[in-house]
Amino acid sequence: MQALSELIDQAASEVDAAADLAALDAVRVSYLGKKGELTARLKSLSQLAAAERPAAGQEINKAKQELQSRINARRETLESAALEVKLAADAVDVSLPGRGRAIGGRHPVSRAQSRIERIFANAGFGIRSGPEIEDDFHNFTALNIPENHPARASHDTFYFPGGKLLRTHTSPVQIRSIAKEGVPIRIIAPGRVYRCDSDQTHTPMFHQVEGLVIGENISFANLKAVLHQFVEAFFERKTELRFRPSYFPFTEPSAEVDIRWGEGKWLEILGCGMVHPSVLESAGVDAEKYSGYAFGMGIERLAMLRYNVTDLRTFFENDLRFLRQFR
Amino acid sequence: MKISESWLREWVNPDMDIEALGHQLTMLGHEVNGIEHDGAEISQIVIAELIEVQRHPDADKLSICKVNDGSGDLIDVVCGAPNVFAGMKACFAKPGVTLPNGMKLKKAKIRGVVSNGMLCSAIELGLGDESAGIMSLPRDAQVGSPLVDLLQLPDAIIDLDLTPNRGDCFSVLGIARDISALTGAKLKDPAVKPVKPTIDDMHRVELIEPAACPRFAGRVIKGIDATAISPVWLTERLRRAGVRAISVVVDITNYVMLELGQPLHAYDSKLLRGPIRPRLAKAGEKITLLDEKEVALDDSTIVVTDDSGPIGIAGIMGGLSTAVTEKTTDVFFEAAFWPPDFMAGKARSYGMHTDASMRFERGVDSECQGRAIERATHLLLEIAGGQAGPLVDESVAEHLPSPANILLRKEKLTRLLGMEIDDKEVADILTNLTMNVEIVGGGWQVLAPSHRFDIAIEADLIEEVARIHGYDSIPEVTALAQAPLETVTESKIDLEQVAATLIARDYQEVITYSFIDAAANTEFTGEESELVLCNPISTEMSVMRASLWPGMVAAASANNARQQDRVRLFESSKSYHGPLDDHEEIVRIAALATGPVNPEQWGSQPEGVDFFDIKSDVEAILGLAAAPGEISFVATKHPALQPGQAADIIRNATVIGVIGKLHPRLAKKYDLKRAVYLFELDAAKALASKPPNAATISRFPAIRRDIAVIVDDNISADELVKAVAASSPKLIQDVRIFDIYKGEGIEAGRKSVAIGLILQETSRTLTDVDADTAMAAAVSKLEEQFAAVLRD
Repeated sequence: MQALSELIDQAASEVDAAADLAALDAVRVSYLGKKGELTARLKSLSQLAAAERPAAGQEINKAKQELQSRINARRETLESAALEVKLAADAVDVSLPGRGRAIGGRHPVSRAQSRIERIFANAGFGIRSGPEIEDDFHNFTALNIPENHPARASHDTFYFPGGKLLRTHTSPVQIRSIAKEGVPIRIIAPGRVYRCDSDQTHTPMFHQVEGLVIGENISFANLKAVLHQFVEAFFERKTELRFRPSYFPFTEPSAEVDIRWGEGKWLEILGCGMVHPSVLESAGVDAEKYSGYAFGMGIERLAMLRYNVTDLRTFFENDLRFLRQFR
Repeated sequence: MKISESWLREWVNPDMDIEALGHQLTMLGHEVNGIEHDGAEISQIVIAELIEVQRHPDADKLSICKVNDGSGDLIDVVCGAPNVFAGMKACFAKPGVTLPNGMKLKKAKIRGVVSNGMLCSAIELGLGDESAGIMSLPRDAQVGSPLVDLLQLPDAIIDLDLTPNRGDCFSVLGIARDISALTGAKLKDPAVKPVKPTIDDMHRVELIEPAACPRFAGRVIKGIDATAISPVWLTERLRRAGVRAISVVVDITNYVMLELGQPLHAYDSKLLRGPIRPRLAKAGEKITLLDEKEVALDDSTIVVTDDSGPIGIAGIMGGLSTAVTEKTTDVFFEAAFWPPDFMAGKARSYGMHTDASMRFERGVDSECQGRAIERATHLLLEIAGGQAGPLVDESVAEHLPSPANILLRKEKLTRLLGMEIDDKEVADILTNLTMNVEIVGGGWQVLAPSHRFDIAIEADLIEEVARIHGYDSIPEVTALAQAPLETVTESKIDLEQVAATLIARDYQEVITYSFIDAAANTEFTGEESELVLCNPISTEMSVMRASLWPGMVAAASANNARQQDRVRLFESSKSYHGPLDDHEEIVRIAALATGPVNPEQWGSQPEGVDFFDIKSDVEAILGLAAAPGEISFVATKHPALQPGQAADIIRNATVIGVIGKLHPRLAKKYDLKRAVYLFELDAAKALASKPPNAATISRFPAIRRDIAVIVDDNISADELVKAVAASSPKLIQDVRIFDIYKGEGIEAGRKSVAIGLILQETSRTLTDVDADTAMAAAVSKLEEQFAAVLRD
């Protein structure tokens, strides 16, 4: 009979040689199965003398355990190799694009308007709107621009039969909001405005944001502060502002505001001033007790500067290749 | 307005260069559009005399000129201009000289004759935009001296953007006054000595309507030479102000207007009949103006009349019948004060705009008329000779503007500006602005001069103080009005949220015009717009849109044309609805999708967008606000949509929008090759919402049961779901349609609908018996309501 140690060596080399799980199992059966050689040796223990049996049995069992753990180790190796093969076959090209819909985007003018609204809303400004088809009173007269005032000539107004018009600025919302809410008041009013003018730097429709703050002791110094802070919040950087005297019939004093842009150039971005006493009085506000400031700015202008758009008209051409840049 | 630096400095000469001066003007509120440096490029041009002019032997239109440029030898120059003559003084450029257009002159052979330089036209020298040949210089021009010396160049031309309230600044004097007030540089305001009349001739002026004409000054000057040539210094100043030289009389009136701000008019005195009577025109009166156009007048227009009728529209344009011509020997100058109230918008109403009307509309100094006449008289006598009659200066004091007398309170000044300005500085600023200032308790009593007719209230004075003190030096102080907190209502769903939802679903926002083509509006809405513009930019932009679709469809079409096949757009903005006297503006959310549902990609076949793709997008928006079950889609007819693929979107019995497939007729019209799906919602109605009201979630398991029924094809899914849900409202938590089958095994006109029921109780676990009962109830309801047959 073959020595146990030889048998184990032989079994071990067969285990190591098993190329797959089936072969490994065949090896297991041939040694540890019911008719396996190690099993047979255990059965043949009974032929030994009773005194030899325990030692011999222990030896066989030890050999059996060794073989079993060797088989287990081999099985794990084979299984993990098989898994690797399977996973390798499952590998994908991770650089392929994801499936499904893409994502859309906001219009740059809305995007800028939304920023403006958030900045002022954070400072406690209410956001108001008003009709775009306006009457002469709210668009002009109540703003201290009587009929035939030279300032009207510069407004290039779109008219409807009977004298209604498309608002030429968002300032009528000042008048409507004071009438509705009274003072103190702190609002902005963004929206569409219209001027009968169309060329490289004008579109017949564009967007403005009006701002109005009325309270006791509201001063020009407050106006300067809020606009400077707004500009720096909007452009997210320190920006130099220049307030220049100007003229609007509904503010006194009035100013136009330039920002320092690029290589030291001053660019006009908005008009503002202290609300004219006549405007306050015609809205029923005590101009001795209350004072306030108002400002108006073109959203397209701000969007052009912020997003480096050089041609105003592209905003309204709605070319997807242009718009997709602003998502 | 354009103003020359040298002219300005003659009136006020602050110690600063032109750039600094420009900056100061801007900071005074007279925005500088640009500063043009004039004459730097013609420094090498010299004055030359044409000694001899001969025709070129080989070219009819060319001349050979022997030119004396002061260097000694006569120079041969070939010239193509028709206006050369022996003895002419002209502008000469030698070979080697570079002209303003960048051309460097070389000796050249022209048709066989060598030309040693060039005689220049005004255009070539950048001194004008038209010319009748080479530029002719005065006979006494100094041969050999630089042209720039004669023209007093170089000079800077300041282009100012003046605000309409400062009519007083439309002149050298006006701007000089402001600069003087700001810088302290002395205003060199030469007092005009009255001209001593040497003849008695005059025209009587009768102010018969003093409200319309409270002041009228005039003077007769006889025996002038109307053909006299305006001196170069005068025409040069006009040119730099952008005014063309015309004739000596007209040039002088223009010169005085530019200098003092008072427009003047000159009549041929011999053609005037009887006294001058300014008055309002009678409706229907007619006048032929200087530009030879006949104008029918309305009765709010002021005219100057004599016995022959209207001889000019006040402050806008004179009449042809009394115009000054080359033959005129006697002129009558007019300088009047036409009140801005009468002048405002007047020129425009006649389709005109003149330098005079622009000034009168904004206002002129009501005390300046006599001075302007004196100035013009001096100039005319000097240049064209003649004898001056007495100055006539009629006025009616109570109709002249009275200077405002205003109390400026220190407390108000400080409060409005948010800073304190030293008392002495305030008084000095106002005094330097030629106001009369008296210190009173708590402030200053201020009387504005006649040329500052824009000063009417205390705030105007505060602006003046701030303007001269400098807006720059006002501090920035953060303070907001004590306005109450804004409420945030639960019912307001933000359009921002809608935008975010649509963007996540691959829609690109667009902004389209509020005004569109009338026919397109009608075609898309089935109704003609009542909101039609009187003065549209074009017919394509002539009515206010009642739907956002026409603009979006046009945008989709334009993008298709730019090779963008897959177009998905949204817009949230207003539509406008008549009638005009009680119109409505409704905020809409609209979207359009055409082309493949997904961008072209690997692993899936491209599939065109269909009704249910876009329906899921609209449901996503509605889901922001509406509770489940509030919304239903009901088949409808719509002028812009394909029948059978159009639905009203209904929320609690109110139509809040519409969805469907663009009618192929319109798709074709807009050149859209693929199916286009659209929806449009009334934002307020779609997004109104209430605060959610939480219910208890059942801790017991749910049971699902499925049934399949065969019903007529025209029974809508929605009806089936509602019927099932209503069959056991307490038990049925959800009803889902998970399959629809038509075809083999189902008779024509019928369909099989598979419905899943989710059953659940909040207080106990359901039994099979409960489920069976609920199923049976659902089935019998369907049988009863829709003649449904249970499918095995």
